[in-house]
Amino acid sequence: MSAPPPSLGRRMVRHYLSRVLFVVAMGLVLVFFALPMLWLVTAPFDADPSLTVGWPDWTLANFAQLAENRYALGSLRNSLILGVGTMVLVLALGSLAAYALSRVRIPGRDGLLYALLLLSSIVTGTAAMVPTFQLMTQIGLINTQIGVILVLAGGVLPTVVFILKDFMDSIPKSYEESARLYGASPLQILTHVVVPTARPGLAFVAVWTVVQVWGNFLVPFLLLRTPESQPAAVLMYTFYTEGGQPDLRLLSAFSLVFSVPVIAMYFLVNRRYGFRFHGGIKS
Amino acid sequence: MAAITTTALVKEYPGGVRGVDGVDVTVADGEFFALLGPSGCGKTTLLRSIAGLESITEGTLQIGDRDVTHLEPGERGVAMVFQDYALFPHMDVADNIAYPLKIKRVGKGPRRTTATEVGEGLSLHGLMQRRPAQLSGGQQQRVALARAVATRPEVLLLDEPLSNLDARLRLEARTFLKELQRELGVTTVFVTHDQAEALALADRIAVMKAGRLQQVGTPREVFSRPVNTFVAGFIGSTPMNLVEAETADGGVRVAGAIAPLPVGAQGAVADGAPVVWGARPEYLRWSTEPVDGGIEAEVSVIENLGASVLVSAHSGEVRLQLVVAEDDEPSPGDRGWVVATPRRSLLFDSESTDLIG
Repeated sequence: MSAPPPSLGRRMVRHYLSRVLFVVAMGLVLVFFALPMLWLVTAPFDADPSLTVGWPDWTLANFAQLAENRYALGSLRNSLILGVGTMVLVLALGSLAAYALSRVRIPGRDGLLYALLLLSSIVTGTAAMVPTFQLMTQIGLINTQIGVILVLAGGVLPTVVFILKDFMDSIPKSYEESARLYGASPLQILTHVVVPTARPGLAFVAVWTVVQVWGNFLVPFLLLRTPESQPAAVLMYTFYTEGGQPDLRLLSAFSLVFSVPVIAMYFLVNRRYGFRFHGGIKS
Repeated sequence: MAAITTTALVKEYPGGVRGVDGVDVTVADGEFFALLGPSGCGKTTLLRSIAGLESITEGTLQIGDRDVTHLEPGERGVAMVFQDYALFPHMDVADNIAYPLKIKRVGKGPRRTTATEVGEGLSLHGLMQRRPAQLSGGQQQRVALARAVATRPEVLLLDEPLSNLDARLRLEARTFLKELQRELGVTTVFVTHDQAEALALADRIAVMKAGRLQQVGTPREVFSRPVNTFVAGFIGSTPMNLVEAETADGGVRVAGAIAPLPVGAQGAVADGAPVVWGARPEYLRWSTEPVDGGIEAEVSVIENLGASVLVSAHSGEVRLQLVVAEDDEPSPGDRGWVVATPRRSLLFDSESTDLIG
């Protein structure tokens, strides 16, 4: 025996009820993710920021106070050095390695890539904290930006090689073969053909690397011992009041200044290079 | 300009698979030469070996009077148009055409001039600033051709030049390609799996199978005197009728009837020999009256070809196809006689599949 079909009225009620519940649920999810963002854009302008989101008592005093901080501006510069340095190193080495891995047949290539990917999480990870510190002390790179750049680059390179190799696999070989037939040298093929066609992939990797480095706390915290050389992500850790409470005025203002470059970079790179692929291959 | 000569050319892949297996072929200076065969027959591998994109395992390759077997692709004086055209997506049409000149360190000014000249010769004016993605398939192909001929190569290689075009455009491009080749007089080798394309374009055709040459000859030779049943079946827009038969009474016993002995086989085969009898559908005639030497058959299927129809007729187990003009079109179920001309039919050895005559 089957239940009689629900009447039109009941179906309407059920329909609207489910719509309302859906919207409410989505609203809650939205609020959950939007609150930290709201805090980030309101708290820096609040004369007395707290950990709650509220209508701010508008002021720019927090930024003035930040400007007076001895290390704030320098730390941003340090972050930039680390980010750009790592990016340049990673792009140069990663693109060459990825190109070679994509075009040359090596037995056990995929296994090698997966092993590297797995190990990379250890190199920059917490597990290798002590050996990394010792290694850098031994070779005299402790408390230098170069040391941090090398460790960070080592950490992201496997992932970068993995992503770029995949990207270069998708570039038809006939581009390079065509250039080769006209007598282009391997270096010319790389600069005239491979890099320009792989540019969206390289742009993505560049941005991704900078973001990774910009937000990395552990490695620079371990390896840089003086506040003058520390990047922004580490400096934030020192923003306490004399009473030992987090200094929310400084923290909030600094957080905003800290996030703006990354967002700006995304838009800039997207406009200039575009995360897209325009084909010249008829298929 | 230069001739191409391969001597016992072998391309062996790791694992022992031979893509090209002992090919001896000479392409004359200025000739339009087709490599024809089904997919996987080694025709593209042979082309790429000539280009230098595949290393040659054994044998030698000569272009003009130079041995280029072990030269880099850039040193061979060859240009190639790839099946996917491989136009650089980040360069405009002019830069694409001028790219070979850039490698040869020609200055930017002369480079642009040559690109414009060559482009105009291939009716690309007004498109010089476009990116490849903004061009139609036909235009992309012409850009690829312009880039290939911009440096006046001695040898032009084309990998499936027409396969990426629409059917209608393909006919236009075919004529255009032939005109261009005649105009430049450049030795041209092209790869195709489409026999109609090879017959229409080439001065000579090399038919390949499993890395080996089956036959090299003019389109007419390959069409009318195929050296074996493979070539016979591969060439022709409607496949040749190939029927197991037996010589008897000075003729050929095909499906119970005695067809006249092909002219070429007269005196070359004794009575009672097992053979394969071959006749192209275009060369068979349909008769509603009994004809001496005709094979009685019943029409089963009719396919319209426009001005003619392709008739499939059965005589017992044997199926014969023939092309009939639209006015004489029979209907399915009709009985009649399939008549072969001795001058236009062939006999093959049933064992080796080679042509007897």
